[in-house]
Amino acid sequence: MAHGPSENFFTRWFFSTNHKDIGTLYLWFSFAMFLLGGAFAMIIRAELFQPGMQLIKPEFFNQMTTMHGLVMVFGAIMPAFVGLANWLIPMMIGAPDMALPRMNNLSFWILPFAFTILVATLFMEGGGPNFGWTFYAPLSTTYAPDTVNYFIFGVHLMGASSIMGSINIIATVMNMRAPGMTYMKMPLFVWTWLITAFLLVAVMPVLAGAVTMMLMDINFGTSFFDAAGGGDPVLFQHVFWFFGHPEVYIIILPAFGVVSQIIPTFSRKPLFGYSSMVYATAAIAFLSFIVWAHHMFTVGMPIAGELYFMYATMLIAVPTGVKVFNWITTMYKGALTFETPMLFCIAFVILFTFGGFTGMMLSIAAADTQYHDTYFVVAHFHYVMVAGAVFSGTAAIYYWLPKWCGRMYDETMGKVQFWLAFIAFNITFMPQHFLGLAGMPRRYSDYGLQFADWNMVSSIGAFMYGGAQLLFLFNVIRTIGWGKPVEDPKVWEGADGLEWTLPTPPPFHTFSTPPVVK
Amino acid sequence: MNGASHKPVIIKSIFAAIVMFLFAIFVLPPLYDLFCEITGIGGKTSGPYQAERLTVDETRLVEVQFVVANNATMPWEFYPVKEKVFIHPGEPKEISYYAKNLTGKDMIGQAIPNILPNNAADYFHKTECFCFNNQPLSAGDDAELMVRFIIDPDLPKSVNTVTLSYTIFDITDRVTDLQMTQL
Repeated sequence: MAHGPSENFFTRWFFSTNHKDIGTLYLWFSFAMFLLGGAFAMIIRAELFQPGMQLIKPEFFNQMTTMHGLVMVFGAIMPAFVGLANWLIPMMIGAPDMALPRMNNLSFWILPFAFTILVATLFMEGGGPNFGWTFYAPLSTTYAPDTVNYFIFGVHLMGASSIMGSINIIATVMNMRAPGMTYMKMPLFVWTWLITAFLLVAVMPVLAGAVTMMLMDINFGTSFFDAAGGGDPVLFQHVFWFFGHPEVYIIILPAFGVVSQIIPTFSRKPLFGYSSMVYATAAIAFLSFIVWAHHMFTVGMPIAGELYFMYATMLIAVPTGVKVFNWITTMYKGALTFETPMLFCIAFVILFTFGGFTGMMLSIAAADTQYHDTYFVVAHFHYVMVAGAVFSGTAAIYYWLPKWCGRMYDETMGKVQFWLAFIAFNITFMPQHFLGLAGMPRRYSDYGLQFADWNMVSSIGAFMYGGAQLLFLFNVIRTIGWGKPVEDPKVWEGADGLEWTLPTPPPFHTFSTPPVVK
Repeated sequence: MNGASHKPVIIKSIFAAIVMFLFAIFVLPPLYDLFCEITGIGGKTSGPYQAERLTVDETRLVEVQFVVANNATMPWEFYPVKEKVFIHPGEPKEISYYAKNLTGKDMIGQAIPNILPNNAADYFHKTECFCFNNQPLSAGDDAELMVRFIIDPDLPKSVNTVTLSYTIFDITDRVTDLQMTQL
């Protein structure tokens, strides 16, 4: 079993069934999408730098906001965590590879095609999708550009890829754990991904169903969402958010897992409250299915419905609070050091909690009537998506990259990137809270003069944040090519887990004979 | 590695995914309609009402307003002949709408009703309504469209004004050629 990867570039990367290579493909693909979605964001912020129409047409602005959301959610964040899962889950549970290596290849190679189809619509007549990433009907059906069919097909492909990826993860975790690796001994990253995979299998088909109903309304004369034929556009919002709310936990749960791995390492203490973390993750996953209509408080629900969704949403703060307190307690009286991954994780805990609090504000149905569809919502979900998922993803790369390639990243550059990202992030999104509370609506290409100052601040922050990502890219490439070699299997003094028992860098095939976990 | 076969896991997962897909298309929409019908929150009125003799509540007078809207691409002239009436609950009432096809082609419209406030929807009974069928109008034709309704005497005490709203849609392209020939 000592053979390495294929010498031929094409056979190695296109035919790969190796979890490490596929993980690498996922990570590079997601980073490329991250830069693309980031470029869309730069266009949005450049246009919003000053009031009035400067650079682009409003129609194109709408396509940019839509594509930014779609590319970041489905192209950048989700594949990034699937990539981490591919690299780490087999190494963490002592398995030689993923359970279904060929399906693994398929689920990755669908993605570039799905996104080529989606992004190609920008160059077609009529332009790309312009109805917001939530694609509410009838905006996305009756009033959609003709390219909407490409969008629908792209979403179907992404869904198929995600479902295959999660089936693979479920099969790997359930069947391929090393002897002695019971469920309650699994690292938390594996736990959060197992639960996420179940969520994906449950809700990606619902998204596929939603776009299929759109497809039929547009092309085959049904009226699921068309009042003229007895349908109801509000139904679309219910179906979408029945997918959409679990989706936000699909994004954030693996991020919780990453943070739960990194904080104990740099606190040199085991994770506080391991089992409560597992139960909190499961509780969040369950609650995510019964709170969807809090995205639709202004749609005209009866009071009883508003109250139910309001209280159920507030309930999510309980398991999430358990997690936050566990991370803080893990750090309490620990021998802390502040390497780059730890800095990103601490920032994650602070900023994610902040985003959670604005979420609590939005969960109050009466207050949401004012906040709904303003920049307050944009600020809220960027605090949980960027400072949540993206920060933890960045932390994960800094934390495991030295293990994967046997070379150390540049610590100074990493810290510079962290502080740049942290400050720029807050300059970008903190003012959006003020804008939203002052009444600036989201998804418009222009705004009233009273919003000018904070928009300019926000745009400056956004350009800085974009620059910080280029530094990140440079640091990663530099590490892989020219970083200082690391020999120690543990890399980090306080690291704990099966992946750190392997040589650094790990050979192409690992755990061909399963380790024994005591 | 406990060497278990992956097959059962794969089959169960794919089965779950297919079930959820079918659930989204075939269960969620009817479930939503059913939920709206039971709770009356969609503001949708129900089909033809079998007239029973309701005692007229002379002590209450309810204002019923009629509003209409043309959906985006619908070029017809469409308005209620009277904009509002005052009636006693339990008393049958007939009102009419005027519709005129201003275009040069034969068209079919469909009016979709809605009741506000939502909690009045269950107490607004239509014994006859043009909206139970679609409304074909030849080029340039006009028609008087009739609605007969009764307000249920059980109408919640808090409701003094009921608004019946119709949005008229152009469904010419949806209906089959057969219906067009019957026009």
